[in-house]
Formats: sequence, structure tokens, C-alpha cells
Amino acid sequence: MSAPVRYSIEAENLTRVYRRGPEEIAAVDDISLKVEKGSFISIVGPSGSGKTTLINVLGCLDNPSSGKLSLEGRVVFEDSKGLTEAKLTRIRRDVFGYIFQKFYLVSTLTVLENVVLPFTFFKKPGADDDVGRVLKMLGIDKRADHLPGQLSGGEMQRVAIARALVNKPGILLADEPTGNLDTARSEEIGLILKELNAREGLTIILVTHNPRLAALADRTIELRDGKIHTA
Amino acid sequence: MIKKISIFEVAYKSLLRKKTRSILTILGIGMAAWVLVSLFGFNRGYEASLNKDIDNLGFQMLVVAKGCPYEAATLMLKGGTGLKYMDESIASQVAGEPEVEGVTPMLMQVVFDPNKGESGGLAAFLGVDPVSFPKMKSALPFKAGGWFSQPEAAEAVFGYEVAELEQREVGDPYLIPEKEVEVKVVGILERTGTQDDGTIFLPIKTVQKIFGVKELTSIGIKVKKDADMKAFEDKMYKLPDVQVVSLSQVKTTILTLVSTARVMVFSIALIAILIAMMGVVNTVLMSVMERRQEIGILKSMGAMAGDIFKLVWLETIILCVGGGLVGTGLALITARLTDVLVRNLLPYSPSGGLVAIDLGLVLMTLAVVTAIGLASGIYPSWKAARMRPLDTIRSEVDS
Repeated sequence: MSAPVRYSIEAENLTRVYRRGPEEIAAVDDISLKVEKGSFISIVGPSGSGKTTLINVLGCLDNPSSGKLSLEGRVVFEDSKGLTEAKLTRIRRDVFGYIFQKFYLVSTLTVLENVVLPFTFFKKPGADDDVGRVLKMLGIDKRADHLPGQLSGGEMQRVAIARALVNKPGILLADEPTGNLDTARSEEIGLILKELNAREGLTIILVTHNPRLAALADRTIELRDGKIHTA
Repeated sequence: MIKKISIFEVAYKSLLRKKTRSILTILGIGMAAWVLVSLFGFNRGYEASLNKDIDNLGFQMLVVAKGCPYEAATLMLKGGTGLKYMDESIASQVAGEPEVEGVTPMLMQVVFDPNKGESGGLAAFLGVDPVSFPKMKSALPFKAGGWFSQPEAAEAVFGYEVAELEQREVGDPYLIPEKEVEVKVVGILERTGTQDDGTIFLPIKTVQKIFGVKELTSIGIKVKKDADMKAFEDKMYKLPDVQVVSLSQVKTTILTLVSTARVMVFSIALIAILIAMMGVVNTVLMSVMERRQEIGILKSMGAMAGDIFKLVWLETIILCVGGGLVGTGLALITARLTDVLVRNLLPYSPSGGLVAIDLGLVLMTLAVVTAIGLASGIYPSWKAARMRPLDTIRSEVDS
């Protein structure tokens, strides 16, 4: 029997370089970090500091230029050769759930249809048994038959969270999830994330500009010019 | 509670987002399918009706005494004059040819009937062989009664229009004008839309006796199916003092005339299909570009490139099959109208329906529009499948 995995994410000297004409820009510059399983981490920093690039690389939405990346004890990247889009997709659907500033709900599908949409393409064994519980936990079970246009912003983000959770991800990546919400709704989403972390043991990485939201995390990482400023 | 939404449902509901655009695209394809079904329906219907008309004649070739009008209408125009005769022996001579399945001798006579119309008119009598003629013209439908009882019986079979005009029924007597000979009506034909409607049929021997003519005006020839028509026609042309009227020639001439119009309409249909295809590509491509971020999200939640390709391709196929159904439905509903319009445009139209739409044609059209859907969906689907989630989402969240 293998030993339980301690870290959800282990990154060593992770770098992501972009080319802008002749110029090379390191959006993520030699970052090493470990995210313990079941922890809640927030990433903050000014615009252009590399928060989204870091979360994209950690979340396998993008390949790093160099460095090593392990997810839930499995090395997924360790040389400078990028993974194909198909391989990245397979890792994504095994490990991650994503929520973004925009909710990206399909306007012609009901709340429930939006939530179970990931199953159209991929379903972990037994994942569909948990849909009712997830809807209830997020307080949208009574809105299951409504269309997104009939919901408030906070409710729509809750639907997006439910959609990210139905396939039982190990890690939830939230990129500015309250950017489109007012203060009250932002706090509501923050508390939901906190509760998901506490009750479900979900590893959460949150990128935000909102200091109140960042304060809900166990640990805050501040980025500046692609490097970790405070850990 | 549902546990999964099928990819078909996702595709279908994606199209509902821009209903007007989807409906207009479906209508565009529907118009192309409509033209296609109507055209193919016309293609089949016209040829079938023409063949039926020719089959109803019972023979593919007519040998007529040289200079003799071979149609009752021509004879009437000439005031019933100009009849020419040929010897009866020609019939047995023709019947002996190896290509011949059967012959039927005919003798046409025309008399002036003072009781016809307001100031009188011509009445056409066709003497036919009571054995070979009904056999050859087995498709001739009877409204009442039947053929003659004896080869020399004083009996008549009336075409539909003559019976209406003369107001005769089976069993009624009829007095042949000028000859003052009475015959009994034993049969009345259904309307055929041919010159048979205006003809009074009598046994050929009766006509020969009444009119004092021993010869024939024409011989109907049924040629064997595997015979070389062209070679047989050439052989018939060599007979002295006769002219040959080949119905296959008539048919070819008519079909050539119609095919010219058909080629033009086919070209229009092809253009309509190409335009519809461009419309589909445009609609689906626009939809893909508008949904870049959503496609990115689908990929972030585990959809592979193949899944996205399938989704967008399905949307295209739904549009095309929808258009196909609308088009075939329209074609079925307006078939009668198309028939009337086409009939007015053509130089000659057979008596039957000109547009024949059956299940096979509907299925073939649906297959064609589905193939169009498959072809026009390839590029937008490929474009969507290649999208990377990072590229589609980054613009929104870059910081």
C-alpha cells in the first residue's frame, strides 16, 4: 500500500517565459512552492505580477517553460518539453476543478444541466451520485430547473462552483471568483470556499485582488514580477 | 433528477441561443432541399408519366400509309379528308419480323355528324382488331362495359368524351351518321387524356363492311423488349408506300427538350446548395467564435478535442437535417402547385402527375443534406477543436 500523498502540488523552479517580439518576459520566474493536501492558499499581487500565469501552469492549462511540477504525488512535468493538449486535458479532468471571474454558464441549459455538463465528456466512477448533495450544499437545489438568466450573480457563481465540484476534483482553482460580484456576494462565495476546504478537505488555490477574501486562506502567497514575495 | 446531459442535447440547446439565426439557416437549407426534392421529383414524375402515356398507347411504333394523317386531331383539322390506305398483307408481313411481339391493324374513318355541336362536326371511328387491340392496349381502363363480343359485331366502344358528348351509356344504340347503320354501345372508356377520349372504336371488320374499305390506315406494332429499335425502324422504313412513326423517337425528342430545362434548373439547385452550405459554415463558425470562452471551459472541465469536434459537428448536422425536413415537407405540400407551374412552362406535358415524390426520394434528399452538413461542419468543428482553454480564457482573466 502506498503512503498517503502529503502535497497536492509540488513545484520546483517553475518558470514560464513569454516572447513579445525580441523580448522574453518571465511571467513566472523560478518559483518553488508546496501546497499541502487539504490546504487553502490565496495568491495575491498587483496586476501583471504573474498570478494567473502561475495558476494556469499549476492547473495544467499551460505548460511551464522549465522546472518540475508534481500533482498529488505524480510528476507531470520535469523537462522543458511541453505536454500535448490531450495530455493536459487528461490531467485537468483527473485532478482539477476550475472557477473563474466570469461564470461561463450555458444560457440555454438549466442549472442542473449546467452542473452535470462535465459528465457529457468525462465522469469519474460514482461522481453522479453526489450531484444532489453538491447542489444542496451550495444552496442551489431549489433552483435546479431555472435557467442562468433567472439567477443572481452569486447564484450563478455557485452553479459554476457546483459544476467544478461534480467530478470530485482534488484541487479547486479559483481565479478571481468574486471579480463580478458585490461585497456581500463576494463574502458569501468566500465562506463557501472556506467551508468546502474545511468540510470536504478540498485543496483550494485562490487568486484574488480582494484582501478580505485572501484572508480566509490558511496561507497567502504574494507575487511580484513573477516571483514569490512573501510566503 | 437527471444525471447526465447527452452531447446531442448540448448541441441542440446551443443552437437555441441564437434562435433567429438558427431558423434562418434552417430555412436556407430548407429552400435548397425544396428545390432538390422538387427537381428530382419532377425528373422521376415526368419520365414516368411520359412512359405511362406511351405504354397506354400499347405500341411503340405505328406504320401508316404514306401521306395519311396518323393522329385523329390532324385528320379533323384536314376536315376528315386525306385518308390513305395500305394493303392488309403488310400487317402479316410486319408480324413476321423477328423483332415484333405483336401487331394490330387499324382502319380510321371520319364522317360528318350534323347533330354534333351547334352546326355539326366530324366523328372519328377507329376500326380495331377485337383480339389483338385489347391485348395490346390492356392498360385502357373501362368506365363501364367492355370490348366487343364478336369480330364482326355491330358494337361500339366509346371514348370518355364521345360518351359524354353523345350522352350514351352501355346498352344504348348509336346511329353512324351518313351510313345510317345502328350499332350498340358495349363499353365506355375512362378519361385517358389522349386522342382515345374522342374516338369511337368498332371491330375492324365492321368498319370495313360499313364504309366499304378493304384496306388499313395504320398498323400498331409492339416490339420485343430486347429488340434493337433503331435497326428495326430502319427495316420498316424500307417497306414501300408506308411511313413509320416511332414513339421512342417522340419520347426522345420530348425528353431532350425537357432535359435542357432540367440542366438549367439543376444548375440553379447546385448554386442554391452551395449558398446554403456557405450559410451553414458561416452560422456555425460565428457561433464557435462567439463561444470561444465556453469552449475553453468545456475543455478545462475535461472535454477532449474530439468531443468539441463532435459537438460542433452535431450542431451543423442538426441544422442541415432540420433544413432537409423543412425542405422535403415544403416540397410535399407544394407538389401540386409545382406540377401546375411546371406544366405551364413546358412545351409538352404528359397526362399523369409531373412531380413524383416518394419515401426513397425524401430519404435520398435527407442523405444529401446530411452529407452537406457533414462537409460544411468540418472546418468550424476543426477550428473549435483546436482551441486551447488558456487562449480562450486568458483574455478575460489576465492579471
